[in-house]
Amino acid sequence: MTARQLLAASGSLANGSLAPAPHGFLSPTGVEVVFVLVGLVVLGAGLLTVTTRQLVHAALWLVVALGGLAVEFLLLTAEFVAWVQVLIYLGSVVVLVLFGLMLTRAPIGRSPDADSGNRWVALGVALATAGTLVTLVVDAFRTSWIDLDAGGGSTAAVGAGLFRYWVLPFEALSVLLLAALVGAIVISRTGKGAAKPRAGKLRAPKAPTRQER
Amino acid sequence: MLDTLLRCVAVLVAFLVLPLVIGQTEHKVMAHMQGRLGPMYAGGFHGWAQLVADGVKFAQKEDVVPAGADRRVFQLAPAVALLPYLVALLAIPVGPHGFVGQAVDAGIFFVLAVMGIGVLGSLMAGWASANKFSLLGGLRTAAQLMSYELPMLLAAASVAMAAGTASLTGILGAFHWWWLPWQAIGAFVFFTAGLAELQRPPFDMPVADSEIIFGAYTEYTGIRFAFFLLAEYGGILVLCALTAVLFLGGWHGPLPDSLGWLWMLLKTFALAFVVIWARVTFPRLREDQLMKFAWTVLIPLALLQLALTGIIKVAIQ
Repeated sequence: MTARQLLAASGSLANGSLAPAPHGFLSPTGVEVVFVLVGLVVLGAGLLTVTTRQLVHAALWLVVALGGLAVEFLLLTAEFVAWVQVLIYLGSVVVLVLFGLMLTRAPIGRSPDADSGNRWVALGVALATAGTLVTLVVDAFRTSWIDLDAGGGSTAAVGAGLFRYWVLPFEALSVLLLAALVGAIVISRTGKGAAKPRAGKLRAPKAPTRQER
Repeated sequence: MLDTLLRCVAVLVAFLVLPLVIGQTEHKVMAHMQGRLGPMYAGGFHGWAQLVADGVKFAQKEDVVPAGADRRVFQLAPAVALLPYLVALLAIPVGPHGFVGQAVDAGIFFVLAVMGIGVLGSLMAGWASANKFSLLGGLRTAAQLMSYELPMLLAAASVAMAAGTASLTGILGAFHWWWLPWQAIGAFVFFTAGLAELQRPPFDMPVADSEIIFGAYTEYTGIRFAFFLLAEYGGILVLCALTAVLFLGGWHGPLPDSLGWLWMLLKTFALAFVVIWARVTFPRLREDQLMKFAWTVLIPLALLQLALTGIIKVAIQ
């Protein structure tokens, strides 16, 4: 949501067009219809992600939801953002999630112990968040209409927007990511004296070698 | 509209034909390099019918789903593994003057992003088979993907930096012959990391048939297994074409422009030959050696190439 707003805002800054709507919501174009349909698919996939009782299926529905979002970015002419979405979220994050699930616990079939008792609280929080965001976006862009020309979200346009208008937030985000990276390294390091098995050596108790015998 | 449809059909035909040609080449090259006599007999002349026989064999085998498996995920996995390569092929330029399936603005990004999805297919297959060797293969696949995606992207970024654009046709438009030595390190990193992404020997730990009996594909039979094989050969095609475009100048060559597609095909197939050659002659790495190679050799090399590209780029301007 924030990325979309950011993109819309940077696009409008670049094109200088935050004009009032030339046509209303009751005469949708083909692109808008497709946008809504894909949005419904994303919503459905998102719902299935949190309601399915099979852990790996949840991750796979997440693939559908995130892929649908990439399509939405494409429809908003933000080609570059769409491919970044595919590369990072589908290609890396979901793979990492699946990796983690399969390494720890991912039985085939249902996993009833994965149910949470907080589901109603979670639902309430989710609805409140969604309501706030929707109200905010509707209120902010009520009468404005951004003309999405082809090429408005091309690599060049996004790059210029990102590094000209939004360079400070971008750098701040980089520092945040760096901090997370350093934190991950610190957490994953065990104490200094801990004996680590060297790469390439078997960890199993060794059979006595000839000299030892 | 008709133009778009025509281009899509052409790409589909190329996707159905060229991987088979690579497969047939692999049969022949392996047969000659390792003195294998079997594939040289089928059909008479040089065993030309071996591939046809393979196809018939795959098509008539029973399509088995293990009893304990997650049926839908198991059945869906081959498609998820295969389709990304078809989509990626759509954006690779073959010749000058718009001889490309669909010109994509951020071409490099598009192709690499889509190729990354193919590995989801292996993961799904490995998990849904309900077989511990398959699961192990799937996990190895994911680990391999995570480590080799980075050098591949860095190497590709170096070329994009040199050309000043992420569009594949734009990169070819900006190509000069002296890019060959300039980007040589990047080419090595990209090609090697690509081989690892495809899980081809010597990086085939995820399917290692002697350790984990074909990993994620253990439980697959018949046409679904054939899809995985086709995905592998389609992957070779995409990787080789992409390397040719990024690092070897694609359609540029001594012949006139109108024969550009011929150069592109020649370079792609020369690279495909190298892929097969590596399979036949290199021993398989060990799992920890594989990870070490990615993190201690390929990534520093890719960073070095990136720095080199930046320095020369600034020096030129």
